[in-house]
Formats: sequence, structure tokens, C-alpha cells
Amino acid sequence: MKMKMLQTAVPEIETASELEKIINENENVMVCCGRMGPMCIPVYDDMEELEKERPDVKFYVMGFDTPEASPIRNAPMCRGFMGLPFTVYYKNGKMVKATTSIQDKGQIVSVLDQFFV
Amino acid sequence: MDEVFDVMILGAGAAGLTAGIYSSRARLSTLILNEGTIGGQMIMTDEIANYPGVETTKGFMVANIMKKQAKYFGCRIKSNIRITGYNLTGNVKTVHLTDGSSFQARSVILAPGGKPRPLNIPGEELFKGTGVSYCATCDGEFFTGKEIIVVGGGNSALEEAVALTTFASKVTIVHQFNNFQAFEHAIQEAKKNPKISFIMGSELREIKGNEKIEAVIIENLATGKLLEMKTDGVFIFIGYLPNTESLKDIVNTNDRNEIVTDADMRTNIPGVFAAGDCIVKKYRQVTTSVADGTIAALSAMEYLRSKN
Repeated sequence: MKMKMLQTAVPEIETASELEKIINENENVMVCCGRMGPMCIPVYDDMEELEKERPDVKFYVMGFDTPEASPIRNAPMCRGFMGLPFTVYYKNGKMVKATTSIQDKGQIVSVLDQFFV
Repeated sequence: MDEVFDVMILGAGAAGLTAGIYSSRARLSTLILNEGTIGGQMIMTDEIANYPGVETTKGFMVANIMKKQAKYFGCRIKSNIRITGYNLTGNVKTVHLTDGSSFQARSVILAPGGKPRPLNIPGEELFKGTGVSYCATCDGEFFTGKEIIVVGGGNSALEEAVALTTFASKVTIVHQFNNFQAFEHAIQEAKKNPKISFIMGSELREIKGNEKIEAVIIENLATGKLLEMKTDGVFIFIGYLPNTESLKDIVNTNDRNEIVTDADMRTNIPGVFAAGDCIVKKYRQVTTSVADGTIAALSAMEYLRSKN
């Protein structure tokens, strides 16, 4: 059994191909790409709560330091980002929104409401 | 909610979680309501090397363990809430939330903690996450090989400036006074680091750039002279503001909105206690918050016993 990189109840994506599969098989996907750091943990906590409240969205985390996370780290929408975590939102396999640094639950919900109608 | 808890704790930082551990372990029904991040300011600290009994650890690890301990003893924690109102004066105290729910308890411990103090200058909000940071641990490596500014002169500023030299090619500390408020060992560490330079008696007035930060405007406070300095990033460590805006007309606070307590963490309202970074005190450390939380919980127990 593989050791999870991120200590959260939110499911963790470990490979780029897994990420690709998930975003292609689900209409609405939010992925928080970070570390076990102070700006990231609060977002994971919010996602744990949102998993129960938003069945229309699939929530995942991904380790920022794994080379497998390059599709997120190098995404055009994440260009210029200099704060962890990188949080990205996919609609029908396409990245529709990306945010940098800590976001509170209200900010996340606002993105979900805007893009995942 | 009909349940009346023995102890309701507002805040889940070092003080709040400690109070939760103590009161729930004493078999008091305990609820923590948390508006911010579980762990509070503690999780902003990369390395904690002066917590007695622990050689060295990470802030978020201590916070996670405290949360687990509190839950293990039966403490309930409700996060991501927003408080809209308080009624703390009666024997049963009530806290109202934005979702229309309310919670009641026979005693309350206020531990809302603090938040990083912003500079409130043009460009700060615009470049948050793309060059302005309040967390060296989180964002330091994005500045590898770059020149950055660190604002502040306390322990956090100097220790984080030293930590940032792992990544940055040059770190310039800008401080409003001509001397530092940090402990001597932190000052010496910064001074002997060849990558660090200092601009004293000066304040940032603006952070400039287009898609990313390009420069800052620094004012020399003695002469009023403005200096434009090229930089790639700005890290801000100028202390904390207590999260007491909604409490200042409810409990006694000082002119900095810090809650006034006695040595037993009692506020001016019977049955209401306060602990941690929100209270009037000189030293703000994880250890002092843990001590405050302990005292507040024990005082709440004593208060509840006196009411039985």
C-alpha cells in the first residue's frame, strides 16, 4: 500500500494519468495541489466539508512536489503563481479556473457556484 | 441546538485546543467553534524548536496532534463557522451563527487568536499569491534565485528572512525603527548572513508591477525621501492583530482591541474567560498560549463547580 503524501481525508491523486482519467470521467472536479503546509491544510479541511455538501463536485488533492503534478504546476492558468496551494477546477476535462495561495470556504464555494452550475 | 454545553470555546489555535483538551478530559461537555484555521497562527510556523519536551517539530504537526487529543477526549469541533452575535451575560451563554443556528454553554472561553497584520499599501492585495506572501515556509521556494524584501523587525521577520536565504539570492529587511524588536540570537543570525542587508527607519509605501512585482517604494522616515527598489517579492511579518472586532463591545478590551483578563484568564463577565493571542500580554508564543488555555479551562471548571 502506498503512503499518502497528504494527510487529509480528501482522496489523493498520485499520477498524471490518474488526473487525466478523473477529469475526463467527471463533469466537475476540484484539485488542490499543495503540501502539508499552513496555507494548504485549511483548504484540505474545507474540501473535506465540501465533499459532503457538494455531491455534484469531485474533490481531490495532489502533492505539489511530485513530478506527476506538472500538468497543474505548468498549466497556463497557473502561470505567475507564487503561493501554495495551486487549486484548479475542471469542467468536462477542461481547466476553467485556478487560484493561488490559501482560499477560505466562501471563496471556494463562490468558484464552485460560478463554474459548476 | 437544545444542548447546553459546559464549556464553549471560540477558536481552535494553541489556546483554544489546549482548553478543549483540558475541559473535555475533565469530562465536561465541550464544544469548540472555529472561524479560522484549526491550529491558528501555530501552523504558520515552520519549525518549533523551543517547545519544552519536543526537540524540534513543525507547527502544523503540533496543531494536528492537539486537534486529535481534543477529539479523543470527546471535544466537539465545529469549523468554518461565522459568528453573528453573542449573549454572554447570563448563566447560559449563547453564540449565534450566520446559518441561523445557535449554541449554548454555561461557560465560554474566548480564544479567537490573531491574524497577520497587513501593510495596507497599494499593491499588497493585488499581488497576494503572486509575489506578496505572509508565509516563508509555503512560498519561499518560488523565489529561488530572486531578490526579495522582508518587512518587519521582530522574531518572525528576522527568522523567516534567514530561512528565505535558502532560496533567494538577496534578502533586504525593511524595518520602521532603527533597532530590532527580535531576540538577540535572531538579530545575530540575520546580521551574519551575507545574503541579508538592512534598510532601517523606513517603511514600504507601494508595491509596483504589472503581472508580477517589479519594485517597491520605500520611504525613509527621517528624511521623507522615497526610494524605488527593484524586487521580485515581498514577505510581510509585522505582527498580528487580535481577532476581536466582534467582541470589543462585549468584553473589556484595551486600545489595541486585546481582551483584558486577570491572572486566571477571567474577563469582566462572570463565566467568560479568554486565552491566547487575543488577550493583553507581552509575549506571544505557542507555549504562552498553551499556558493561557490551560489556565482558562481550569478556571472555567472552578467557575462551573461554584455554580453547582
